[in-house]
Amino acid sequence: MSAVDTAIPTPKKSPLDVVIAPRTENEELISGSEAIAHAVRLANVDVITAYPIRPYDTVMQYVSKMIADGDFDCEFIVAESEHSQFEIVKHASAVGARVFAGSSGVGWFYAFEALAVTAGLRLPMVAMVGNRALDDPGAFGVEHNDALAVRDLGWMLCWVSTAQEALDTALIAYRVAEDPRIFLPCAISCDGAFLTHSQSIVKVPSQAMVDSFLPRYDRGDKRLHPDNPITIAPQVNEDWLMEMRRQSDEAARRASDVLIEAYRDFNAKFGRGGEPFIERYMMDDAEVALVGMGTMAMPVKVAVRKMREQGKKVGFVRVRWFRPFPTRELQDALADVHAVGVIDRDFSFGSAFFSGVLANELRSALYPAKKKNQPKILSFIAGLGGREVSTGNVMKMTKTVFDAANGVGTDAQDTYWIGARE
Amino acid sequence: MQEAKEQASARDFTSPQVLEPWTGIKKVAHEEYYTSGHRTCQGCESAQMMRLLAKAAGPRTIVVGATGCMYVANTTYYSTPWVLPWMHTQLGSAGSAATGTAAGLRALMRKGKMDKEPINVIAVCGDGGGADMGLSAISAALQHTQYNLLVMLYDNESYANTDIQISGSSPYGVNTSFSPPGKLHRIMHKHWKKNTAPMLAVGHPDCRYVATVVASNAVDTLNKVRRALSIGGPTFLHSLNPCPKGWDYDPKYSQQIGELAVETGIWPLYEIEDRKLKMYGKSQHIASGVVKRKPVSEYLLRQGRFAHFTQEDIARVQARTDEMWEKWFLPGVIALSGA
Ligand SMILES: Cc1ncc(C[n+]2csc(CCOP(=O)(O)OP(=O)(O)O)c2C)c(N)n1
Ligand code: SF4
Ligand SMILES: [Mg+2]
Repeated sequence: MSAVDTAIPTPKKSPLDVVIAPRTENEELISGSEAIAHAVRLANVDVITAYPIRPYDTVMQYVSKMIADGDFDCEFIVAESEHSQFEIVKHASAVGARVFAGSSGVGWFYAFEALAVTAGLRLPMVAMVGNRALDDPGAFGVEHNDALAVRDLGWMLCWVSTAQEALDTALIAYRVAEDPRIFLPCAISCDGAFLTHSQSIVKVPSQAMVDSFLPRYDRGDKRLHPDNPITIAPQVNEDWLMEMRRQSDEAARRASDVLIEAYRDFNAKFGRGGEPFIERYMMDDAEVALVGMGTMAMPVKVAVRKMREQGKKVGFVRVRWFRPFPTRELQDALADVHAVGVIDRDFSFGSAFFSGVLANELRSALYPAKKKNQPKILSFIAGLGGREVSTGNVMKMTKTVFDAANGVGTDAQDTYWIGARE
Repeated sequence: MQEAKEQASARDFTSPQVLEPWTGIKKVAHEEYYTSGHRTCQGCESAQMMRLLAKAAGPRTIVVGATGCMYVANTTYYSTPWVLPWMHTQLGSAGSAATGTAAGLRALMRKGKMDKEPINVIAVCGDGGGADMGLSAISAALQHTQYNLLVMLYDNESYANTDIQISGSSPYGVNTSFSPPGKLHRIMHKHWKKNTAPMLAVGHPDCRYVATVVASNAVDTLNKVRRALSIGGPTFLHSLNPCPKGWDYDPKYSQQIGELAVETGIWPLYEIEDRKLKMYGKSQHIASGVVKRKPVSEYLLRQGRFAHFTQEDIARVQARTDEMWEKWFLPGVIALSGA
């Protein structure tokens, strides 16, 4: 745990804390998609909507089989489009149902109108995004631009890097999204193929453990019901919209502390979970750092270990939550490095310095840091469409970052495309 | 209200509410669930349709409404006319909103997370939202036989709220802000009105109830709503709603114009229950030959939206209307004819 963590006030004890269920967990060899399906079952979700698109849709194959086998009871609706898929769960959430949906690439974009209003109406929902390129041109592989598109709307947004983290984060996501202080939707991004379809050993917790961590979803006086005949989403125009946007902003600000609370409780009950917003890998005495999200961690960690063996002081920071953006944590983690290389599996054509989305976001997070020597920030665009990022690629990027740290041969604001044919 | 709730909870929540027909105007309930506060135009028949819909459904009901006049002009913050719980849904989402609401209630009741009781779920959409953009979502909703829900399409024959533009449900030749008569083209809108209710009835064999209504026929409308909510499964009602602003006539004639639509044969009234078609009201009299259809000119010439029509245009509408009743396989309903 970092220094910044201690600054957060300890939450009041919730009645849930009193009972700690025995840690009974089953180890299973499962993919990221199947891990999320288990989380959805354990969260006792009420309404799920599906629509086929690779690679996210494997989660729905697992969910539908669980329902067919009687392992899990919920309304499972195969919608006729992603727009309907997300509208259906939006309305189910309004009457108080816990809901789950998901999509990938252009499917996520087909649902975009529904995604925007779900956040605007403060309706909690957990969605899985199996990250995929926005084809055309046709591509099944991972890019992060699909999920990133909701970054300004009030969605909480995270990237997980292992199947275990996918399961755990889905449980945490329900707890935070449905917390009455928050009431915001949450998207869990899983890199297509590298996580959705790759198996690893996962600890699947018991129902009792999950029940002790995850309270029921209660909309209180915001539930749409004949006993509570409210009008939801009236026409407000300029008279009220600004105040409502402000309320969403406040909820998004509160999300950080509520997430920290949830991780603290998760760590206590499950014995894992780690630091909420970022993972620090070999950062202790690092002179330069690489930053990335999702399964980019796999080649980067291997490369960092190899470079450490060669005596190079490089570390890696994996951004777990993109919304809320871990500004404080990144300022803290990168306080002592001379240069940062941000590896984006996305693009932002025409943006500042033509950098990736994460790089641009990180630049603005570090800009006001109270520090004389700002680290130099380089942007690397890599692995688009699912192209492999090798440890060799990572080492080359790291060399460029060291060069920048030493003031050699590079403009600190440069953006580099990695592994693209000239 | 409490009594109604107790009666309701005695029944299985998976069955619909039993709403007996009201056998005449004096039997109609006094309570209103759509009251003052709306800001629709004077003489707006769509708003009148909302009032009838809410009255017929009663207090144990949730209404979701798609974007359009019945949202924008209807639910201004702090002055909503809805006494029932009401929620907005996106323009093309009436079918999905009804499905999601019904699915949420059902899951919560089955899992013991909510008191068990049959609750009416109604989604309302305009012709633009329902017959154009949201058609696929309504089609999907009509396949979800496990949910009791009603989709009510209020048809004012244009995208009214955005200042009257043609939709797939607009009549031939109509003057709207996207189909203005001009020097070169007197008629900009050359499509025939989409035949939405029969398309949905025929295309969805599990949908047990589809009917057309008009607000000027109030008691019939109330009872069609009650039937649609009582029969079980997903159902669909299509109402024709004269719109003084878009159709360009004095608001005091709204009901007359609705009646004329029926009397000229342009808007047939029928219900299709368990795949059996039954004409009713004046349409039944027309179908059985007891009453002759009035000429369509009596309807068209009352409305400014057809003011640019020549005799030739009127004759064309008359000929197509005659064809509906004289050549169609099911007169007035299904646009197929035998070989
Ligand atoms: C996705 C989307 N596209 C366009 C609009 C703009 N819009 C708002 S109301 C409306 C008219 C809807 O027409 P209809 O469904 O017939 O209802 P009416 O206004 O006639 O009552 C339109 C096009 C919107 N709200 N959402
Ligand atoms: S424009 Fe037409 S539908 Fe809209 S409120 Fe006015 S009369 Fe009613
Ligand atoms: Mg309309």
